[in-house]
Amino acid sequence: MNTAINNTMSEIAKETYQTVGKPLLDSPKMSIKNTNVFYGAKQAIFDVNLDVGHNQVISMIGPSGCGKSTFLRCLNRMNDTIDICRVDGQLMLDDLNIYDKKVDVVELRARVGMVFQKPNPFPKSIYENVAYGARIHGLTDNKVELDELVEKSLQRCGLWKEVKDRLDEPATGLSGGQQQRLCIARAIAVNPEVILMDEPCSALDPIATATVEELIHELSENFTICIVTHSMQQAARVSQRTAYFHLGKLIEVNDTSTVFTNPEHKLTEEYITGRIG
Amino acid sequence: MIDQEIVAQKRAAQLAKRHRAESRFKWFGRLSIGFGLLCVLFLFTDIISKGIGAFTQTYINIEIPFDEEKLGLTPQSTEAEIKAASFGSFFKKTLREQNPEVTGRKDKRSLYALFTSDAPLILRDMVLADPSIIGTTQTVSMIADDDFDTYYKHSYGRDLPEDKVIGRINDFQVSMLNKFVDAGVVEKRFNTIFFSNADSREPELAGIKGAIMGSILTLFVTLILSFPIAVATAIYLEEFAPKNKFTDFIEVNINNLAAVPSVIFGLLGLAVFINFFGMPRSVPLVGGFVLTLMTLPTIIISSRAAIKAVPPSIRDAALGMGASKVQTVLHHVLPLAMPGMLTGTIIGMAQALGETAPLLMIGMVAFIVDTPASITDSATVLPVQIFLWSDSPERAFVEKTSAAIMVLLGFLIFMNSMAVWLRKRLERRW
Repeated sequence: MNTAINNTMSEIAKETYQTVGKPLLDSPKMSIKNTNVFYGAKQAIFDVNLDVGHNQVISMIGPSGCGKSTFLRCLNRMNDTIDICRVDGQLMLDDLNIYDKKVDVVELRARVGMVFQKPNPFPKSIYENVAYGARIHGLTDNKVELDELVEKSLQRCGLWKEVKDRLDEPATGLSGGQQQRLCIARAIAVNPEVILMDEPCSALDPIATATVEELIHELSENFTICIVTHSMQQAARVSQRTAYFHLGKLIEVNDTSTVFTNPEHKLTEEYITGRIG
Repeated sequence: MIDQEIVAQKRAAQLAKRHRAESRFKWFGRLSIGFGLLCVLFLFTDIISKGIGAFTQTYINIEIPFDEEKLGLTPQSTEAEIKAASFGSFFKKTLREQNPEVTGRKDKRSLYALFTSDAPLILRDMVLADPSIIGTTQTVSMIADDDFDTYYKHSYGRDLPEDKVIGRINDFQVSMLNKFVDAGVVEKRFNTIFFSNADSREPELAGIKGAIMGSILTLFVTLILSFPIAVATAIYLEEFAPKNKFTDFIEVNINNLAAVPSVIFGLLGLAVFINFFGMPRSVPLVGGFVLTLMTLPTIIISSRAAIKAVPPSIRDAALGMGASKVQTVLHHVLPLAMPGMLTGTIIGMAQALGETAPLLMIGMVAFIVDTPASITDSATVLPVQIFLWSDSPERAFVEKTSAAIMVLLGFLIFMNSMAVWLRKRLERRW
């Protein structure tokens, strides 16, 4: 019964819009097909088709409540924690269907890491924060390797020099920007393939934001990054591709420069010129 | 258009009214705090003034010649021989010889009654401990009888009107007391008996050690059972259970159980543990079971509140790292919720420590003179001991009752400060 209703809703959704631009790529890292997300009876995401390229940064922009965070949280099944949330569609990470029943979310989240809006370090020491992922996934065999991993992760986030003398101090004592970089170090310590970032700079001041943006840029050499942001300037600065969401629908996807200089869809144009949003 | 001046006047009037309301509210608050403090002060002064006397005990130092002939013993006597000897008549004879002016039967009996009825046993134990004292003369600090003790502590030498005199003592005994005091053999000492003895029919020999041990054993059983069960329940309900009608039903019932009168848990314990499972009566084990049932809802509710207070961002962070649900709970949620859980547990334990009614139902109200050594020995607990003593006719039990209340309050204050300290100690900011 439910599926029948959903199918009808999907049909309606399909009829009412078509994503413009270039949502699909050759040999993508992640490939999202016909994806709908529901909170109870309310549909939050309508029939999204989107590919995420290898070692690319894709940013998702759009007005508040447009479903971009919901969509992001589908990519590592963080929506599983919400009882009433239901996802259908085909979401592929390489050859793995991430909503397959056989998939272990623990394994999936080790491959698809996440950085949240508000810096949320564990209330433990700086060292423990970074070492935690390696510990639970059993990535290192001894203390020396773990120490190396912690140092390497912190160095990649440019945090090592700032914290190397106080690794045993609580992570909550760091500044907001440092905490967010620590969260990124924590995420990359388990060496994921994809990193999801949900408005990682919205709680940071402009200087800390610049540091994190630079970091995202450096990380994109080795990782595939999906970033949700409210700031169009940030999207323009850090990403190669940009996806514009509006009321749960993926309106337009294209190279960042194209989206910002020559948007195809009227809604996109209105948003980036500041008329809506 | 409203005239600006009228508006200003109205605003000023309203402002004055608001200020009055605020200061009235402040004073209500101060008054109620003052009243509360006054009540606490009254309670404490009353209990302390009544109970402080129980911490001293009157002793009469008497010379006891352990005469070989009178006792019929020698330093080489065996244990059995010593136990068979009549220390009762020996003690009375010694008293008569030391106070030759006492002649009448009644007076003689009054003289004996100045000392604890356990006096012969105390002498026997002295000899048993060291048979070489036979044939020597020893100064023995003999425990005074409760009536004598009460009189000496509270009424002696105060020139009180007849009806204010406390301590059941006759004129002859007063004269004897005067004689003893003149001889300088009466002394007041810290009452160690109160802490080293269990209950007794004789107030001067009654102590709270048995009740304290009973309380400790009972609370031990309660803690061992209730803390893990409650924490596991709280974690399951908060973190793992699906949110549906059934879990709602469980939640409502747990909240209801917290409000059930404790005596009902006692009846339940009587019916289930004693009648159905055939466990022994009056033992800390069953007492602990019953108090576990009683404290479980309290600890579950506070543990759930503590778990709810852990910010969801921490769970997100752990789950986002690929931690499993159990790892998230054990590594992050539980350590953060622990201070709250411990506080709830200690408050639940304090509640259990002060509980009387359910324990009456399972027979922990019996008169028990032995200090319990294990959870299956018959025992009583502190509040029940207070209840028992408050019911006793002897005047000396009044101060024992208050003293036991002081000890109980001491334990409660200690436990609650532990709760505060633990919370301060374990609390982490995030």
